Amino acid sequence: MALLEVENVRRSFGGLVAVDGVSLSVNAGQIKGVIGPNGAGKTTLFNMISGLLKPDTGQIMFNDRPITGLKPYQIARAGISRTFQNPSLFLQMNVLQNVMVGRHSRTRLDFFGCGLRWPGQLREEKTIRDAARAQLESVGLAYLADWPAGALPFGQRRMVELARALATEPQMLLLDEPASGLNTREKEDLALLIRKIRDRGITTLLVEHDMSVVMGLSDDIIVLHNGCTIAEGAPQAVQNDPRVISVYLGEELQGDGGGRDASPRRPLPLSSGNYSRQSA
Amino acid sequence: MENGSLALQYLLSGITKGSIYAVVAIGFNLIYSATGIINFAQGEFVMLGGMVAVTLAHYVPLPVAIAGAVGVVALVGCLLELALFRRLQRHSVLHLIIITMGLSIVIQEAALHIWDEKVRSLPYFTGSEVSSVRFLGAAISPQVLWVLGTVALVVLALHVFLRYTLQGRAMRACSSNPEAAMLAGINIPNMRTLSFGLSAGLGALAGCVISPITMTHYEMGAPLAIKGFAAAILGGLGNPMAAVAGGLLVGILEAASVSRLPAVYNDVAAFAILLFVLFVRPQGLFGSPTSDTVREH
Amino acid sequence: MNRFRQILPFTLFPVVVVGAQLVMRATETEYCLTQLTMAVYYAIVVMGLCLLMGYAGQVSLGHGAFFAIGGYASAVLTTYDFSRFKGAPWAGWLQKAHLLIARQDLYGNTAMTFSPWAAFLTAMLATFFIALLIGYPALRLRGHYLAMATLGFGLIVSKMLLGSNITGAADGINGVPAWKLLPGLAVTGKSAGRVQNYYIACGLALLVLVLLRNLVHSRVGRALQAIHDRETAANAMGINTAACKLKVFVLSALLAAMAGVFFTHYTGGIAPSEAGALKSVRYVALAAAGGMANLWGVTVMSVALNYLSLRGWFGTYDNAVFGAILILIISLAPEGPLKPLGLWLRRLTGTRPPSPTSHDPNHVSRFTFHASPAAELAPQTDERATGRSPQHGAP
Repeated sequence: MALLEVENVRRSFGGLVAVDGVSLSVNAGQIKGVIGPNGAGKTTLFNMISGLLKPDTGQIMFNDRPITGLKPYQIARAGISRTFQNPSLFLQMNVLQNVMVGRHSRTRLDFFGCGLRWPGQLREEKTIRDAARAQLESVGLAYLADWPAGALPFGQRRMVELARALATEPQMLLLDEPASGLNTREKEDLALLIRKIRDRGITTLLVEHDMSVVMGLSDDIIVLHNGCTIAEGAPQAVQNDPRVISVYLGEELQGDGGGRDASPRRPLPLSSGNYSRQSA
Repeated sequence: MENGSLALQYLLSGITKGSIYAVVAIGFNLIYSATGIINFAQGEFVMLGGMVAVTLAHYVPLPVAIAGAVGVVALVGCLLELALFRRLQRHSVLHLIIITMGLSIVIQEAALHIWDEKVRSLPYFTGSEVSSVRFLGAAISPQVLWVLGTVALVVLALHVFLRYTLQGRAMRACSSNPEAAMLAGINIPNMRTLSFGLSAGLGALAGCVISPITMTHYEMGAPLAIKGFAAAILGGLGNPMAAVAGGLLVGILEAASVSRLPAVYNDVAAFAILLFVLFVRPQGLFGSPTSDTVREH
Repeated sequence: MNRFRQILPFTLFPVVVVGAQLVMRATETEYCLTQLTMAVYYAIVVMGLCLLMGYAGQVSLGHGAFFAIGGYASAVLTTYDFSRFKGAPWAGWLQKAHLLIARQDLYGNTAMTFSPWAAFLTAMLATFFIALLIGYPALRLRGHYLAMATLGFGLIVSKMLLGSNITGAADGINGVPAWKLLPGLAVTGKSAGRVQNYYIACGLALLVLVLLRNLVHSRVGRALQAIHDRETAANAMGINTAACKLKVFVLSALLAAMAGVFFTHYTGGIAPSEAGALKSVRYVALAAAGGMANLWGVTVMSVALNYLSLRGWFGTYDNAVFGAILILIISLAPEGPLKPLGLWLRRLTGTRPPSPTSHDPNHVSRFTFHASPAAELAPQTDERATGRSPQHGAP
């Protein structure tokens, strides 16, 4: 039974069709990758799943419950958490407070309870703080807890945002280009981290441009182009799919010996490289 | 017949007031397009125009006084941009709007101290308070024709300026894509100053031309600003020509409410329109619904 | 250390309050307490605005209207003669519940009016519903559109109060009776009760400060700051941003209205100018002057500036001063003048804020993940570790 079922969603902006009848399903415990050239509709798809956009047609089911058109906070409470292409930390707060915000949907006390210091409020606050600190530790940034979020470099902001998303205790994590802007070492660490997240039982759907990262991590990959699915399957199969190759390189290569090395059936350098499974 | 003539009277009064709101709304649009700021001191330019003209009229003939007032107030607008807004580019738009509110208060109080709280007015351009002209079956003051004529001329001139002159096209480029405009060699800061100066000058002209009818006093700026803003968003912010339609509509609706409700509720109509537009259709009549500068999601 | 700095103002507050009163008694200027009390009530409005604007980031240029709604509701209900409704069943019912009482008015006639407590509760209810009604559509708007909507709302209220006879039109309402809060404690303008009323006002202000402080340093406060900072991300983290904004708007409106009720009973009347744009902009100016998100700063600034204004220090330039404050502060020090002052003082005394990097001098930039989240962070020894330190922003 699939955890997330996206059924034939379509979304257009004015005259431009960004996503045209895409379906996908993600099983619990999977890491699924979404790849495709720029403008393929990946972020639009993500935004529809996480509730920032409403699909024109189609349905999205999560845990067998429809979540199409729900507001983002409702989807977060249902168990889907996400990160953004540009890390959206709350820059006026420090790192720990950012992660503490992630606990919001799992805690209760509201205006009355907090304002009047209802019994149990102090206890709840402590559990929030402890849980946040634990999440920070799990991404290795506990020592940054008191830093103002705005002072962090890009890679660390990414990780804090991930910790914040994890603090919501999601069943599923949507990662929007998590590896972009990271250097090689940081990408390795990220891959390790995502695998550990999977070991914790959290399903991951990630959009990514970096082939090595996504091929090495994903159990399953879906390829989008101009808003449509053009391939779906295991990384190896997708790498060798001629449609995928043509979409990324432009057209089929002809072996004519005119200084070109490429033969038509040589697989693209989409191999797993350093990020393959064995280095767990 | 009597009723029809009364209705016509109200309609014309509405159009007259409405054309002034239109000019204020155009002023809002010009500045908003070029800088993204909602300049709350817009109404004060109208007030200053009337006040300065009244003072100058003691010494020089009326046309010169009016021209002088327009020039002085336009200069004030430019100076405000140079002295204040040019230094505040890092600030959020909301901060800037709050600053213009403070500015409006300061200008108002300055006017109070320069000119005192007495109500003044320019003399009628042609004729006097009692002269009237028959227009489509209603008796109106010739000043009304001056107002309508001036505003029509202003709108036409602005349209020509924005469409057909280099500076005007540069202003439009500025508003739709500042970075591209900058790359094309357009001097953005000067465009901003120009927009302020133009708005101020137009407002001053409106203030002069309406002065014999509605009088000029130091407190007239704020209600004008709000009604002008209501007109601007009714037409759709960002579209100076739609502002004209918005202004006329606000004026007519206000006149309609005047004819039905006690006098004290005069202003409520315009404010209610403001709220209604903001809540129901914030992009106005002619704005595009996908504009995400208004709603959160 | 942090706790101490948070508690300190609360312990200083009673000292300052009592001290001020004693100084005034000693210098025989106790009549100044009247203006000080009024300034404290105005400050309560600004405190609510601080939460709304400073923390949640939502502008309101119409809070004078809520102050006026509270004030006028209680003023009308406690001065209007309901005798004409004597026969009606609801009147009898209310009388039995002691909500509708008979009292002597200024001219010695017996009138039927609401009791001040009943009027207060009604005013709060009315404000609650009006704030909901206005807040729900308005808070969906952004930035300057929200500002304009609240301004428009304030102006409509102001004009309606000016125009209705029941609210006394341009003269407002006078002769508002005293309000017996508890036996022996009454909100009244009588000079005999001057000192007592001063303490009532300060006590109320203290309660509000405690309430707001609790909110700010809690899950709710973080949610508000998150909404202010990046609303989309806040939403994605499970915060119902629309509901949150509405709740904080209604809370700030209720605070303003409550201040209005107390103020009206204290001064014995209310005028339509309280709802006007000038007053509303003044509240915003005071919030800005205090530092937008700084509760204590806002309180101090509001009390100080309003007191000076009420004592006539600004003369005919009263409005201009607040306008100028608005311009100067927002253009020069958008986070309030107290922040640069604090930084300057710190530099002067040589103390430095704790540097975050001092916690981990041997930092290795490497993300590690442990299977059990509660496991301690053990340093990873790895030949690839280069031990490079994080780039600092600005400690």
